[in-house]
Amino acid sequence: MKLGFSEAEEAFRAECAAWLQAQMTGEFADIRGIHTLTDMPERRKEWEQHLGKHGWGCIGWPRQWGGRDATLAEQVIFAEEYARSGAPGRINHIGIELAGPTILAFGTEEQKQRFLPDIAAGKTIFCQGFSEPNAGSDLASVRTKGRLESGEWVVNGQKIWTSLAHISDWIFVVARTEEGSKGPKGLTFLMMPLDQDGIEVRGIRQINGDAEFNETFFTDARCPADSLIGNIGDGWKIAMGLLAFERGVSTLGQQMGFRNELDAIIAAAKDNGAANDPLIRQRIAKAEIGLRLMRYGALRMLSNSDHSKIDGAALTYKIQWASWRRDLGELAMDVLGQAGEIAGGSAYEWGMLPNLFLFSRSDTIYGGTNQIQRNLIAERGLGMPREPRGDL
Amino acid sequence: MEFAFTDEQAMIAETVQSFFRENATSERTRTAMAGDGIDRELWSAFCAELGLAGIGIDEELGGAGLGMVEFAIVAEAAGAQVAAIPLLGLATCAGAIAAGGTDEQKAEWLPQLIAGEAIAACEGMPALDWNGGKLSGTIDPVPHGGAADLFVFVTPGQAWLVRADAPGVSVTQHVTMDQTRPLARVVLDNVAAEPLADADAAIKALQTGGWLCLAAEALGGAQEALDRTVAYAQERVQFGRQIGSFQAYKHRLADMMIEIEQARSAVYWAACAVDEGSDEAPLALHAAKSFCADTYFMCAGNMIQLHGGIGFTWEHDAHLFFKRARSIQSMLGAGNFHREEIAKMVLGEAA
Repeated sequence: MKLGFSEAEEAFRAECAAWLQAQMTGEFADIRGIHTLTDMPERRKEWEQHLGKHGWGCIGWPRQWGGRDATLAEQVIFAEEYARSGAPGRINHIGIELAGPTILAFGTEEQKQRFLPDIAAGKTIFCQGFSEPNAGSDLASVRTKGRLESGEWVVNGQKIWTSLAHISDWIFVVARTEEGSKGPKGLTFLMMPLDQDGIEVRGIRQINGDAEFNETFFTDARCPADSLIGNIGDGWKIAMGLLAFERGVSTLGQQMGFRNELDAIIAAAKDNGAANDPLIRQRIAKAEIGLRLMRYGALRMLSNSDHSKIDGAALTYKIQWASWRRDLGELAMDVLGQAGEIAGGSAYEWGMLPNLFLFSRSDTIYGGTNQIQRNLIAERGLGMPREPRGDL
Repeated sequence: MEFAFTDEQAMIAETVQSFFRENATSERTRTAMAGDGIDRELWSAFCAELGLAGIGIDEELGGAGLGMVEFAIVAEAAGAQVAAIPLLGLATCAGAIAAGGTDEQKAEWLPQLIAGEAIAACEGMPALDWNGGKLSGTIDPVPHGGAADLFVFVTPGQAWLVRADAPGVSVTQHVTMDQTRPLARVVLDNVAAEPLADADAAIKALQTGGWLCLAAEALGGAQEALDRTVAYAQERVQFGRQIGSFQAYKHRLADMMIEIEQARSAVYWAACAVDEGSDEAPLALHAAKSFCADTYFMCAGNMIQLHGGIGFTWEHDAHLFFKRARSIQSMLGAGNFHREEIAKMVLGEAA
């Protein structure tokens, strides 16, 4: 068991930090510190391409596909230095962390060549089409239909909560391709270009006033017959494999974002005197402890090479960070007091901490609500009986 | 960076877990609870047969070498069975003597402590009067104080060894809620105490060993409380179904696992930080002590609730976990103390 990094790894850290710092104080200073995923999309596409051009787009990928074959430790280091530099959230995180690894694991050689270099270069932005109005927590009940017709897939239906669909190029869709099938059977995983007449994207305004999520409507939307990953009917297996990628190194970058938020709260508390309140001090300490334990939980998860064993750190990670961040949002408002409820400008737009308070209410919902997480933990982690399925 | 056990560490874990599971039985622990809270046969076997009492003490001092990660593995396994052994006294006192004792003190006491021939106890920062080479004062409560042959007492900047049989030492064991680690009152009346050579090093080692020992014990106890409750949830049937199939029940089990996984990260983060001499060590120790104690208490409380009436009986072991958990929460600084220390660090007020 070892936490420290080697000299070579520390040198790599210095290299990452220097390069990122140079970009964030130079050519891309204008997008430094943006705390939503929706601001300045065009500049951020340029940033993704800039990262790709300099080989920093997806360092953990094989060199052959535009990565650097980076070790786990190097990926950890890059993720931490990325967030530390104030660089904005990756608008192509779905492509880098979900679509890419899925294609790498399950795609054909031709699909790898078609998609991977462009994702790595920041030229293809992906979004995810899983949830539907009637398939949220119960993902297996998707109704969007796909059928093969003269060498093309024709897709009809509706997806929802498609984060960043309005600025994406491609969407991956889980569609029901076997007439009359139910549940996880008869689903197929399709990659579809968004720029076509059969797809309409409508923004959903959220409680923070922003619109990161969308509804995406498919009306005879089309993609070529070879757009599926795996075989017809493999959709559930591929989707579940993909969700497993979600617990990757990116969690450490996400945590550095949390670090920035907690630091902002600490600064605000010192500034307005809230830091003198013993109860606030206890909560700041608890937040600090929770954040540190998140880091070491992620490192345990990433160091776990025995994939046959249930990994408790991985299984509990989502609910831990989501609940922690919701608490952090509440702490932020208690530190700010009423000042936190005033936008400061003429628009319904929020600074980092009030936005954290509002946005964090979605953290405990998307990607599996806290209630679903507890079911999964009890069933998969502790072997409790599964929830019975109803027949309504 | 590799935050997982090495093969050797995994082997130690397996060995100590089966040792305590087989030997620290409920029956034997309850026999010890009726006396001074020490299962001497278990302690001798642990020290002499397993040879693990010297973990964390340098080999040239007669220890087993290795580090705090290995020590935490041992304390976790002992805590899982609420073993009635003076591990906390060993972790604090042997560590303090090894770090701050004179060569003579090390030579006299470390072999005896590591062999299990002498039992040591200590307590945080009592107010003591050191006058003309004599130590006076009341130290209360001292965990396992009633069974100790040797005490290590510290005040800021000073540390002493006190032999239990020295003239002027009187010890009274309290009837204590956690009978596996009973507390005692120690009164010193002009006792010829022996100052340790390097008090600051001794205090640091004492706190490190004590906080990590309690955190790791708490982790082991919390995990065992969950495991035993999971087993009960599968065997107990009500309303024609396993009680573990009820969502209200499952979610409480899940909440236990969520906290335990963080407690596991806390213990091994702190242990690694100490072993690697990291700047994070003080923060990690405060975090581990406070977080793991609270996790253990939450899990032990749930263990009683989720067992229903049987969990409230003396016969069932749930109360051993519950009482040990409560005792760990208060011992060597309560949660609010440790969190306030962390608050000072993160608010940039630390001295």
